[in-house]
Amino acid sequence: MKSMTKVSRLFAITSLGAALVACGDGSDDFVSSVNTVPPGPEMATFAVGVTNLTNAQPLSPVAVIAHDDQYRVFAVGTTATVGLESLAEGGDNADLLAEAGATALATASGGGPIGPGANEVISVSVEVTQLPGLRLSAVTMLVNTNDAFAALNGMDVSGFAERDRVTRRVIAYDAGTELNDELATNIPGPAGGGEGFNAARNDRQDFVTMHQGVVSADDGFATSNLNESHRFDNPVAQIIITRTD
Amino acid sequence: MWRKRFLSTAAVAMVAAGSAQATDFNVEIVNLTSGIYYTPFLVAAHTDGSRLFSVGQPASAGLQEMAEGGGLDGLVATLTGIGATIETNPAGGVLAPGGRTDVDLNTDGTANVRLSVVAMLLPTNDAFMGLNAITIPTEPGVYTYNVNAYDAGTEANDEVLNGGGAPGVPGMPADPGGLAGTGGTGVQTGAESPTVHIHRNALGDTDPTGGASDLDSTVHRWLNPVARVIVTVR
Repeated sequence: MKSMTKVSRLFAITSLGAALVACGDGSDDFVSSVNTVPPGPEMATFAVGVTNLTNAQPLSPVAVIAHDDQYRVFAVGTTATVGLESLAEGGDNADLLAEAGATALATASGGGPIGPGANEVISVSVEVTQLPGLRLSAVTMLVNTNDAFAALNGMDVSGFAERDRVTRRVIAYDAGTELNDELATNIPGPAGGGEGFNAARNDRQDFVTMHQGVVSADDGFATSNLNESHRFDNPVAQIIITRTD
Repeated sequence: MWRKRFLSTAAVAMVAAGSAQATDFNVEIVNLTSGIYYTPFLVAAHTDGSRLFSVGQPASAGLQEMAEGGGLDGLVATLTGIGATIETNPAGGVLAPGGRTDVDLNTDGTANVRLSVVAMLLPTNDAFMGLNAITIPTEPGVYTYNVNAYDAGTEANDEVLNGGGAPGVPGMPADPGGLAGTGGTGVQTGAESPTVHIHRNALGDTDPTGGASDLDSTVHRWLNPVARVIVTVR
């Protein structure tokens, strides 16, 4: 499937400038003459292939973030950022990518939802000089839920050589930002058609945990608008990381 | 992470017994669940030939005591008898959903090359998390293990909250989160599979004062993995 790439050149160039000044290797001309469009730095490109392993949980457009070893998209037991809340409740990755953009080395968005069984490859590129400490994160919502998301959380790819490939199967987390009432009005996916992001936080606990799965009306949750087909088990997605360049 | 765990398991048969290996390391435990508490953890480094449990085998009396009520006396006595390096209750009580705790171990001068971590899931009848005799890494670094929930196979999962935590006594001992119901008539009435196996998850219901279960299906269910153990070797 065709991928869509949106690399954050601005931050790549800013970081390069800092690195060159620090190194003092005589390449400062690049920094002082950005208008002349010099030869580009050597880049490392990572293809992030995401396959939906669920039965009836489309995945929202994937947010892919290349970052250093200090940044984290989330941690279990820690309150979700508003960007993560927006992605996990409504499937919109714009706020999360904007949040990450302040420190990320590169970000990219999937081109659209990934249906059950479908896959998409999304690429991000960083400069080769940024490989030490490089981490990759990929985040996507299970859209027929209140606030479930699947994530690769800061995988260490600093040692990847060209053509190296690693497969990870990832699990579903609960953002802890919206109660799992399973009501159509609060489920943005096709099973609900309801509201996405809502700034109110009404879950039992305002921090990220693993998701307990959806219960569904077919399993005795009478007020649920989900049915047995929407249940899922871990892992919910397969992510194949390949350094292509 | 799962790959690393599987490799550790596969490597079990290949490690030579009796090789003393000094290791100074930290064990961090994360409760990944959204609605389950853990009883005090047992963190033990022990010899190559010992294990706290084996899937497909009946639970020991000590494991049953831990899985049904959170008691560690039996397992600690057995481990002490074989010279294990033991730490208990690093969290100073139960560990809440999303919570984490950690403890240092040092196996200097011992032959304790395997690490096990166990604790009961509350509220359940006899569910426990078990990191089972993984080979303790010797190379400095951070190693992450995802841990599944097991059923000790020693008590029917009736999901009735009645304070029953002693070995062989039916029912669930406690509900630290206070979200369980009452009046459950009992989910499982027959015997359960009598060996240690992967837990099939809580059933629960949405009737707080009746139904078959005292558990809430929107709160007390889980999906594996239920815990993460992060070993940092210095």
